[in-house]
Amino acid sequence: MSQPTPTTSPTDKRRIGAPLLEIRDLQVSFATQAGMVPAVNGVSLTLLQGETLAIVGESGSGKTTTALSVIKLLPGAAEITGGSILFDGVDLTKLSEKELESVRGKQIGFVPQDPMSNLNPVWRIGFQVEETLVANGKAQRGRDAREKAIAVLESAGLGDAAQRMRQYPHQFSGGMRQRVLIGIGLSSTPKLLIADEPTSALDVTVQRVILDHLAKLTAESGTSVLFITHDLGLAAERAQKLVVMYKGRVVEAGPSVELLQNPQHPYTKRLVAAAPSLASHRLQGSASSIAARDQRDAESADVDLARTAEERAAHAASALAAPPAVQVENLTKVFRISSGKLRSEPFTAVDSVSFSIAKGTTTALVGESGSGKSTVARLVLKLDEPTSGRIVVDGRDLSTTRGKDLLALRRRMQPVFQDPFGSLDPLYNIGATIAEPLVAHRVGNAREQQARVLELLDQVSLPKKLVDRYPNELSGGQRQRVAIARALALKPDIVVLDEAVSALDVLVQAQILALLGELQSELDLTYLFITHDLAVVRLIADNVCVMRKGRIVEAASTSEVFDNPKEQYTQELLAAIPGAGITLGA
Amino acid sequence: MENSPNSPKPLSDTHFVASIEETPLQATDSVAEDSRPSNLYIDAWRDARQRPLFWISGVFILLVIVVAVFPGLFTQIDPRSCSLEFSNQGPSAGHILGYTKQGCDVFSRIIFGTSTSLTVGILSTVIVTVIGVIFGALGGYFGRWVDAILSRIGDIFFAIPYFLAAVVIMSVFVDYRNVLVISLAIGFFAWPGTARILRGQVLSVKNSDYVTSAVALGVSQLRILWRHVLPNSIAPVIVITTIGLAGAIVAEATLSFLGVGLPPSVMSWGNDISAAQRDLRNNPMTLVWPSIALTSTVLAFVIMGEVIRDALDPKARARR
Repeated sequence: MSQPTPTTSPTDKRRIGAPLLEIRDLQVSFATQAGMVPAVNGVSLTLLQGETLAIVGESGSGKTTTALSVIKLLPGAAEITGGSILFDGVDLTKLSEKELESVRGKQIGFVPQDPMSNLNPVWRIGFQVEETLVANGKAQRGRDAREKAIAVLESAGLGDAAQRMRQYPHQFSGGMRQRVLIGIGLSSTPKLLIADEPTSALDVTVQRVILDHLAKLTAESGTSVLFITHDLGLAAERAQKLVVMYKGRVVEAGPSVELLQNPQHPYTKRLVAAAPSLASHRLQGSASSIAARDQRDAESADVDLARTAEERAAHAASALAAPPAVQVENLTKVFRISSGKLRSEPFTAVDSVSFSIAKGTTTALVGESGSGKSTVARLVLKLDEPTSGRIVVDGRDLSTTRGKDLLALRRRMQPVFQDPFGSLDPLYNIGATIAEPLVAHRVGNAREQQARVLELLDQVSLPKKLVDRYPNELSGGQRQRVAIARALALKPDIVVLDEAVSALDVLVQAQILALLGELQSELDLTYLFITHDLAVVRLIADNVCVMRKGRIVEAASTSEVFDNPKEQYTQELLAAIPGAGITLGA
Repeated sequence: MENSPNSPKPLSDTHFVASIEETPLQATDSVAEDSRPSNLYIDAWRDARQRPLFWISGVFILLVIVVAVFPGLFTQIDPRSCSLEFSNQGPSAGHILGYTKQGCDVFSRIIFGTSTSLTVGILSTVIVTVIGVIFGALGGYFGRWVDAILSRIGDIFFAIPYFLAAVVIMSVFVDYRNVLVISLAIGFFAWPGTARILRGQVLSVKNSDYVTSAVALGVSQLRILWRHVLPNSIAPVIVITTIGLAGAIVAEATLSFLGVGLPPSVMSWGNDISAAQRDLRNNPMTLVWPSIALTSTVLAFVIMGEVIRDALDPKARARR
């Protein structure tokens, strides 16, 4: 059921298979201070009636720009400088703004990326749906619009839509908001739906439900879907055809399964090798097959996640017997949430969580948003105080550690946070950033600190030239390397990685994961790895704790959790990994 | 079907692969290593120095400072050697702006009055900024009861119109009127604006990840406040400080004009304007010249503030 089958709608049967959208040699440029910079450079693609086509690429590849040019929703500085976009035989690039309005919404629906910011917070949901229907001439203002809006929301999978209509966006969860947006996008039964990363802000299980529903709706109405995503596994699972974009160009295009099994362009090969969902899948299939492994060795000059993971596992197997570096016992954290007026209600974010991490190994805390995994990280780092329970680091109880001892403990346990754009002070150059822990803990004199900074830059494979650079000049992966270097400056034993690779593009993510693996075996580090991405867990962790609503529902070794999940929730999570259902040639 | 190299046609069933020559692979994670380092302040400086207004106002401010410090470089005439025989005489050789009613040289008085006006402006701005930054930074960063107390104190001072307060102070301390007292009178009630702006900035900056990182790295609270939070939230304070300096110069002139400022024995633009107003009909130019000095100095600081604000705001930079 994960693979949407292009069922033929009775009304549109004769049109199925005819080209609906033909983009020919599209050129889009952005006006910058340095002149016109091309963002899309000669992209061509064809989308047939009733078909789903996915554009896959990293950030900056031009995939969103390509999709947005179809409905001319490009940001102000962007301009279509060449090529044509034929939609149903009409060249959209030549239409006036007025004529475009009759195409937008009515014939081409759009589901935006971020469900949090794409609904107007001051208007009721019902009003926003009605507005769309009226604007597209699908309903008369008043009762008619109301009834049709309820129908739209119901078809989008919202129960008790009549009551929901009266609520405001903040009363909806992310998944429900995305349902509303999909409902709005499909409300006028468009011929084409453009979905720009529709679920990248959502949890995997929610993502799965939403995309299943979207596939069902579009299949019923014979709507074509232009699907934009960075996740190769997701794209292959949801679309019949893939278009891989790189630096504003199409590097490879074709039927999804064919493309995954037999990638031709070196960039696509890289992507396939780096996608965690696919790599973990492959690992499952061929962990013991030496032949397959050798073949991979020969093929991929770049980072191959599966191989990284195999090397790790071999190393870590011996370390599992080591004494625990971190021990967490019955950890509980209760927040007080104000519920209007003067009352406040207790909210248990972490509910008697216990686990321990053996020295030199990696334990992953996996869970969806709101599972309490990040709160655990904050507690372990002593950024918050637990309500009850104990955290013992190297035989020392955190709650009784203060002053000098706490400072000494902080030296041994360092964090790396999710957002590489936020975790570095924009006014500190890279050298000062990495040296900061050394300065704060008064380690060495200025010259020794400088030498250590250069050594660390080398360790995380960054050029020494970056010492006097500022974070805004670095890419996301480089910033995360800097954050890792800073965390390693004091030679800690334990590193807490809070979603440390989640914000990175897949190729960069693969590199950082490989780097973390190397550093672990080199420096005998202990990792507490917090993530929402099960696919990544498989590649990096020795032990997994699956969290849900503040509790650990399942804790076991990685292979046990993946091969033989006991809890239903874990099984659901595993099934929701995009690309899990695709058979790959090894 | 045309299939030129630039317009590949991926059709539904074909497996299209771009040629590697056209789409060369680049390093996954690269940076322009030859570019010059940049951050907010470096970029702001690069931006500001390309703007003529920055240089015009900057050179003028520099000139005013030089005049204030070395008035003797600009005139050899003693502003205090007045003689009633020249009373209200027009410009003549060596006395290009003429004489006041008391027979003093107008140009010389303006030159020697500069240091008073500028000192009062700088001193009161320093007072405003120091108190405002301390209150805003501590309140915003530590929150809770610290913030409650500091913010309430700020509100009390905010409720008192600062100019009225300055008039009252100057009237009470009528025997102690000097540059320091008038600076205190102007500055002591004007700081809550600065404190509020900084507090708002600090509140947003202190929640950023790099502050959390610094805490977890073991950096002390005060050091985080001083090294991370303040530099990242001080930009708007720099802007209002520059514009506020202009306001303080005007305030001194106004107080002197109202007769509650500096004693007539001290040379300042405000006193000159105040003295000249009684003679407006006979010799209007004695009023005009110090006013021009005052206005152009104030204008230079205001323009400098605007330039700095634009330069420090990357969004405004992008719009241009």
